[in-house]
Amino acid sequence: MKATVRLQREPLDAAVAAAELARGHEDIGALVTFTGICRGDENGKPIAALTLEHYPGMAEAEIERHVAEASERWPLLGVTVVHRYGRIVPGENIVLVATASSHRAAAFSAAEFLMDYLKTRAPFWKQVEMADGKSWVDARTIDDAAAERWSAPRRGREAAE
Amino acid sequence: MSVKLRYFAWVRERIGKPEETVDVPPGIATVAELMVWLGSRGEEYAYAFKNAKVIRAAIDQRHVRPDTAIKGAGEIAFFPPMTGG
Repeated sequence: MKATVRLQREPLDAAVAAAELARGHEDIGALVTFTGICRGDENGKPIAALTLEHYPGMAEAEIERHVAEASERWPLLGVTVVHRYGRIVPGENIVLVATASSHRAAAFSAAEFLMDYLKTRAPFWKQVEMADGKSWVDARTIDDAAAERWSAPRRGREAAE
Repeated sequence: MSVKLRYFAWVRERIGKPEETVDVPPGIATVAELMVWLGSRGEEYAYAFKNAKVIRAAIDQRHVRPDTAIKGAGEIAFFPPMTGG
């Protein structure tokens, strides 16, 4: 399986990254892409920008571990994850997850699995810039619940894993 | 035991530095105990670790639970719940 995990400060062109994944692979019958975009508001208040802090080294390793797990669970032909860090303004892309498979079910499921884990396990932290200053974004319990549903049928996983 | 500590997001801001190397006194065996000890090192540490239950930890760049032993750790990181994606 072709796996690409990349962190970058630069703008992210989701269409180019997705096309790269599929190019030259005639066995791919399904390509699912998810793009996370910086919204212009947080809790109903307009924002100027998001700044993403990350843990270099662990961020890549953690994403790679989940990509490996996704490829064990589903018959994937390729996965690309690109996550930005640094300052991101509304309308810009934050993250791309692209999954390729022969058929759509695996590609849809794997993309959702990877996004759910990225939200709760990949060491990134969002700080929001508003007119009245900066504040850290709180983690949402709904994201924990979304990630948790994938671990339910697994045995022998540590709670922290 | 000497260990490198790394702090991220508001844990880093409250402590006022991104990383440091500390000598952990004997008797501090787990991640949770390390957080209690760190919280006693001064006002900024007390502020950072006052709600230690919400703080997550990683040893050598892998997530760990509070009851994990720190013996043999090269690098221990403390950070708030993650908000990426």
